[in-house]
Amino acid sequence: MADSKMHDDKPDVLKRNMLSGILFGVGLVAFLDEMVFHQLLHWHHFYDQSTTEAGLVSDGFFHAFSWLATIGGLFLFADLRRRNIFQRQAWWGAVLLGSGLFQLYDGTIQHKWMRIHQIRYVENVGVYDWIWNLTAAGLIIVGAVLVLRSRRLHQSRGER
Amino acid sequence: MAASHQHHTVSQGAGLLYGMPAVLILCLLLIVLYTAAAYDSSRRYRRWPMYRTLLWTLGVLAAGSAVGGPIAYRSHDMFTAHMAGHLLLGMLAPLLMVWSAPVTLLLRTLSVSASRGVTQFLKSRYIVFISHPVTASFLNVGGLWILYSTDLFALMHEHLWIQVLVHVHVFFSGYLFTASIIYIDPVSHRFSYKLRIIVLLMALAWHGILAKHLVGSPPAGVPANEALDGSMLMYYGGDVVHAILITLLCYHWYRSTRPRAAATDISRTVT
Repeated sequence: MADSKMHDDKPDVLKRNMLSGILFGVGLVAFLDEMVFHQLLHWHHFYDQSTTEAGLVSDGFFHAFSWLATIGGLFLFADLRRRNIFQRQAWWGAVLLGSGLFQLYDGTIQHKWMRIHQIRYVENVGVYDWIWNLTAAGLIIVGAVLVLRSRRLHQSRGER
Repeated sequence: MAASHQHHTVSQGAGLLYGMPAVLILCLLLIVLYTAAAYDSSRRYRRWPMYRTLLWTLGVLAAGSAVGGPIAYRSHDMFTAHMAGHLLLGMLAPLLMVWSAPVTLLLRTLSVSASRGVTQFLKSRYIVFISHPVTASFLNVGGLWILYSTDLFALMHEHLWIQVLVHVHVFFSGYLFTASIIYIDPVSHRFSYKLRIIVLLMALAWHGILAKHLVGSPPAGVPANEALDGSMLMYYGGDVVHAILITLLCYHWYRSTRPRAAATDISRTVT
């Protein structure tokens, strides 16, 4: 019963929804970061003299990846809709998860370790760092809860 | 300093070759040839789509405006203009021209034996080797790294023939790279979406890394503030072209994985 053919594609459906959502989430937060903090507020700088070489490489890869993630994530979303396997809750959960993970990476490794740039060039930048990273953690937790709830929901339906 | 002297002699020399008339004639010739071929092809076979002719025209104009006209003129003493030229010649023009499917049009226009010759050439080991996504991106982005981090950038402004070679390389490597990532024209060996997406990601990343690297260590003779402006133009201007490239690639994937039921539906409506 556990290996019935009917259930074979179930984990695949969740995986596809997760992939689309996480990619779109990463792209979305990178886009918001660029728009709000670089262009509107001018808190972030295009180039910081103290950036390490590793920081430039990381920034380049994530910048390129964020474009691919945004556009690719949306095409995967269209594919889910086309196949009628879109799971709203899991998808939105994955979006939050992707956003949170990227923001946490950005806020810890990229800002602090590789010193790409700081959140804002002020004395008490620590406060900004804490708010930034706690928001990221919050997004991850809410996202994970949504994904798990969606999985349980679809599992219970599948067993019926 | 020494740089300003350098630039002065260059703009005069460059004016000779890159003067508007020569570039303008070449552009017009390319556009006329494509349009004539499209017209001929439409009459003999299926209609050649109008938008492809438009894409070709825009592509040729983009390339032309980078080597002749105000941008080309200013690019000898202004790094931002040089970078605008790079975006037009090495990225936008190749994208528009690849998208206009010139090889398909050529094969349709030539006689059977001549087009067989073209196909043979496209299948030759040399072409297959340089049009592999990995080779093509090394030629493209690697070439830029060499240009901006060695003396080549300074040499290019001293010797006209080096400048011509650099421009030719920038355009053709851009074309080769674009054509190796998105398949519009017939390809002898198709690589998977996975490989092409990974290679594209690498190439975009190193393009962005190079852009920011230029701020910290600009090419010889480029002042710091100009390096920053040029770098930002390369970074964000590149983004626009990259976004189109990614969208086309994703769209091709989306079309290719169409579920079977929908596929038959669509083929029914088309025919």
